[in-house]
Amino acid sequence: MQNIHMKNINVEYFAILRERAGCDRETLATTLNTPADLFAELQARYKFPAMTSIKVAINDEFADFQSQLKDGDRVVFIPPVAGG
Amino acid sequence: MKEFQIQAGVLQPERDKLRLASPSCGGFVTFEGWVRNRNDGQDVLRLEYQAYEALALKEGNRIIREAFERFPIEKALCIHRVGSLEIGELAVWVAVSAGHRDEAFSACRYIIDEIKYRVPIWKKEYYADGDSGWVNCEACASHAHEQHDH
Repeated sequence: MQNIHMKNINVEYFAILRERAGCDRETLATTLNTPADLFAELQARYKFPAMTSIKVAINDEFADFQSQLKDGDRVVFIPPVAGG
Repeated sequence: MKEFQIQAGVLQPERDKLRLASPSCGGFVTFEGWVRNRNDGQDVLRLEYQAYEALALKEGNRIIREAFERFPIEKALCIHRVGSLEIGELAVWVAVSAGHRDEAFSACRYIIDEIKYRVPIWKKEYYADGDSGWVNCEACASHAHEQHDH
């Protein structure tokens, strides 16, 4: 069943996504239910580049793109890493 | 000593190696990752590392714990630098002490390989020709090429 309730999602950006979004973080009021849908919307809004192997974290843990978002969640999309 | 850390200031391996000392360890192995002046055919002037610190610390410490499950080692420490780094600076340092050298080498290798692959840390390169780009981000490369064309 579709959850149509509005929720506030705290999105934080890093690396290329931070540069494209033009901010470190923002709170989005949305009815979208999954990180997959949220990323698609943000990708369109900010012209995020197409990248292989994007991951997502919810509340500072790796999560599935099909997870159900809850009001107040902190979401971070993780572009390909390059530490070391 | 069983830890992954993130540090903004200059790394001090000579100081930190003392934390790995143990009378029962006969082998001590370190890996140092340095900032190189060239990558993927381009001259690099400096780097900027950025970390998603909350998750990077969790994942880095998971990797250290995995190394302890896989290899009979006594101590392990990995410190990753963030911020702006110049050529030749130390970006990441892995240190492992163990009873014998084999497991120290193996665990050190395991830790650096997994860190590079899994920990949410990003690297932006600033090039001699004025371009810059986030490493492993294909669109950055195409963006840089667009700038070349103008």
